[in-house]
Amino acid sequence: MEFFLQLLIQGLSVGFLYAIAALGFVMIFKSSSVLNFAHGDLLAMGAFFFLVLSLWLKLPIPIAFLFTLAGSFAMGFVIERLFLRPLIGEALIMVIMLTVGLAAMFKGLMLFIFGGNVFNYPEFLPKGLAIQWGAINISPVYVASFIIGIIFLSIFGFFFKYSSQGIYMRSVADNQPAALSLGVHVRRVFALSWAIAALVCAISGVILGIMTGINVHDISAMGLKVFPVVILGGLESIGGAIIGGLIIGLLETFTGGYISTALKEVVPYIVLVFILLVKPYGLFGLVEIERV
Amino acid sequence: MRKLKLHPCGKFNERYEEELTIFSTDFGRLWMWVGLFLLFVVIPFICKPYFLYIINHIGMAAIAAIGLNILIGYTGQISLGHGAFFGVGAYAAAILATAVGFPFWLSILCAGFITALVGMLFGIPSVRLKHLYLTIATLAGQFILQYLFVQWDTLTKGPEGILLPRATLFGVDVKGDRSFFYVIFVCFVVMTWIAVNLIRTRYGRAFIAIRDNDRAAEGMGIPIFRYKLLSFAISSFYAGFAGGLSAYYIGSITPEPYTLMLSIEFIAMIIIGGLGSIPGSVFGAIFITLLNEVLTHATGFLMNINALTKVAITIAPLREFVFGLAIVLFIIFEPRGLAEVWRIVKSSFKLWPFSY
Repeated sequence: MEFFLQLLIQGLSVGFLYAIAALGFVMIFKSSSVLNFAHGDLLAMGAFFFLVLSLWLKLPIPIAFLFTLAGSFAMGFVIERLFLRPLIGEALIMVIMLTVGLAAMFKGLMLFIFGGNVFNYPEFLPKGLAIQWGAINISPVYVASFIIGIIFLSIFGFFFKYSSQGIYMRSVADNQPAALSLGVHVRRVFALSWAIAALVCAISGVILGIMTGINVHDISAMGLKVFPVVILGGLESIGGAIIGGLIIGLLETFTGGYISTALKEVVPYIVLVFILLVKPYGLFGLVEIERV
Repeated sequence: MRKLKLHPCGKFNERYEEELTIFSTDFGRLWMWVGLFLLFVVIPFICKPYFLYIINHIGMAAIAAIGLNILIGYTGQISLGHGAFFGVGAYAAAILATAVGFPFWLSILCAGFITALVGMLFGIPSVRLKHLYLTIATLAGQFILQYLFVQWDTLTKGPEGILLPRATLFGVDVKGDRSFFYVIFVCFVVMTWIAVNLIRTRYGRAFIAIRDNDRAAEGMGIPIFRYKLLSFAISSFYAGFAGGLSAYYIGSITPEPYTLMLSIEFIAMIIIGGLGSIPGSVFGAIFITLLNEVLTHATGFLMNINALTKVAITIAPLREFVFGLAIVLFIIFEPRGLAEVWRIVKSSFKLWPFSY
């Protein structure tokens, strides 16, 4: 029973991580219909940024965190300006291939600078955060992931619903020409969506780094796991991304715990294929109906 | 002998057949014969074995790239699973050769057909899915197949891999770079001929219609599900065939090379070469294979300079970086690829001195 509850907690916190990462993905997709294959590398860049700031430059942790957030925000702007702006009219496959190329580029760059080793952050989460409940040990990082996950997801929920920039983004995602004709600054929305996506990736990457250690290959592989999450939840739905993330996190952890650890890596993809066959638009996605 | 038409003054097609020909003038046909002569008579004898090794790899990659171009460039279905299908072909050929004892040519052909079946299996989601969802489905397929390569060890012997027997064709031992050169490039010529002619038939036109607007294609009466499956099958056949050839060439296969990186390499080949053009796939295959070789050599070269050894070891991941950079730069600056560059060069020669 304890094992089950332990796995449950672990699955939920990993699921929150996936949900936060998927949030960025859905945001980019909603505003510009681009499947971002470089998502894993955005995660890794956030994690490494924090590593450089906290370990090598020895900045105090909150400052390092803030700088990481600011830095990834800026990096999202830069990526959008440099690489995606020239491709605005092109076919979608070109943009997707561009993100694939960007993924390879970033991965190579990070491997070049940091090598394939596993790094570890200095211990900075307060030990008092660990919860002990009977025989169940919840380590501080899971609690932190819960808390940060809930905070950021609610922030973004409010942002999209009530702030003007959020409403602009939703309008561009809904109908780009209409938004243009109403005076929404579409290019700014694109840039902002990439910047926010890079920001959430940084957060997710940092927490992931605390959980499993920072290694370029592992974190980039995590980025590809975002795909089952968003497909399960629906490519256009932010709430769906959250629920999809939790489900996939739970599924993965339980498979790892009860069946085998090798199967753990591939189970999200099997679920993905299954969902695509049964309900391709996910739980909350918009169904495209075509009549010929 | 009929009169050779070398320099036309314009396009005056009087019959439908003239519109459909592959070479619009005899100039192209002459160069084709020259090219075949060079390929089969001159190159094997003047090149060092290492160059033949590279050229063999280019040949096998080109066959797979042509298959992928049929799927992505002509039918518009983006597939990220091509590397895994290449691996399926390699494993199928290996298993047929070792466990069942098929001869060389039969095991490669059957590997192609088995891969076509697997490809059709992964194409089945395409009936309900559009572009993005199909891409993700093929990505999942890549990972699942990779997992199966390693875990299904009763069939594939897991991470140890399979050792293939010597290839024999018509009783002659095919070993060494030069004999494989002939085998590979005969296959390459045949497969290219099939692909080019496929595009001219109604299947090719159906593929292009599906790429351009599949709702309109369905409305015109093309059963798009059947043709999408056919496209998957054909491109997987090419990948499996090339995989089988590479299995025999390398001699022993392990699950390592058939990763997402290989799929991305194939996609890079056709994007850099030019989507929707057969010569483009060949150009792309040449470019990417040479890029890999240049990077490996640069790393090796720098390793030998003792002062820079440490730098060289860290340069190895730069291969991935340069790769990604090549894709990104080509997409931003020349999205139609090397085929477009070739076309512009050709037409500027033809139109000289009006080459602007």
